[in-house]
Amino acid sequence: MAKKESSLKNMLVALFVITAVSGGLLGLVYGMTKDAIAEVDLKKNQAAIEAVLNTGTPIERIEEAVVGELPCNLAYDAEGNLLGAAVKTYSNTGFNGRIELMVGILADGTINAVSVLSQSETPGLGANMVQPKFKDQFNGKNPESFNLKVKKDGGDVDAITAATISSRAFTGAVKLACDSFEAHKSEFMKGGTDHE
Amino acid sequence: MSNNLQTFTKGLIKENPILVLLLGCCPTLATTTSAINGMSMGLATTFVLIMSNLVISLLKGFIPDKVRIPCFIVVIASFVTIVQLVMQAYVPDIYETLGLFIPLIVVNCIVLGRAEAFASKNPVFPSILDGAGMGLGFTLALTVLGCIREFLGSGSIFGMGILPETANILVFILPPGAFICLGFVIAIVNKFKKESH
Repeated sequence: MAKKESSLKNMLVALFVITAVSGGLLGLVYGMTKDAIAEVDLKKNQAAIEAVLNTGTPIERIEEAVVGELPCNLAYDAEGNLLGAAVKTYSNTGFNGRIELMVGILADGTINAVSVLSQSETPGLGANMVQPKFKDQFNGKNPESFNLKVKKDGGDVDAITAATISSRAFTGAVKLACDSFEAHKSEFMKGGTDHE
Repeated sequence: MSNNLQTFTKGLIKENPILVLLLGCCPTLATTTSAINGMSMGLATTFVLIMSNLVISLLKGFIPDKVRIPCFIVVIASFVTIVQLVMQAYVPDIYETLGLFIPLIVVNCIVLGRAEAFASKNPVFPSILDGAGMGLGFTLALTVLGCIREFLGSGSIFGMGILPETANILVFILPPGAFICLGFVIAIVNKFKKESH
């Protein structure tokens, strides 16, 4: 086949046809994968909520709420008492972009567990925040007696070796979640069933 | 037939995009922190290469010379976006680590380079072979680099622990380690290539 001449008409037709076909194709693929992507996101969120609120007491009901500026999920037991909350928190002071955590806080303010939703810290250094060795040190700690700062800043948190910035950001995000929950928890204490 | 075979195999070693042509170093250095990441990136790029070579070879009579680059880029970007959506839906774990680099396949010079240098001048079948050869060569180089860096840096290969944590040499997971490894691998390949001549 001979090359098409680069006349205005030929160029317009070629560009138009190629972009139109590509656009149509992408729309099709997007439609096919949309549900699967949404499901993956939902599952990840759900798994994180369940993991950080797992205390042995069966959760009867989960309700969405907002504490301060953070979205959270409140868990109630069969009698309608607040068991705890999974607060989705974040930090922008990490070494490499935004860190998102899910912090499970019990009704008395004790941290139950922390789960990392997304982070892009340095592999081998800051990224070790997903390891139990670092993140599980928060489990069962109450911010009233456990100072949520890294040891270098006078707190009680053991930082990751050579990754103080990441550790600081992580700790800051956990503190933000605890403070937000503490400030708003009285609104949720029993309230779960009242307004139904 | 031997000609077709050569079209395919030249990308593997003789004209390996990473080790010989040194094209597409950005994703190479960034994603080879582990063997699985390197291999996934390589396979994603291979798919884009084969598909874009195929389509561009089909369209070569239809695309006027003056607008060929924008046309190539649109074709390539479409396939990259398809890969991105599919990975996001079905392999979310790998998508999470590679996420940022998948869209960057669009500007990977190997893909545009093969479109311009090969697919726009050759028939469909050799173009597919060229894309497959180049893509697999890219995958091979990335997997080898990933294995080396993962072994030295995290003491494992494909996630299987081999060395204890105390034996890890952290620098190999970090960007400088990528440059060091790539340099050594290229040196070794060059040595063998010289000897075989």
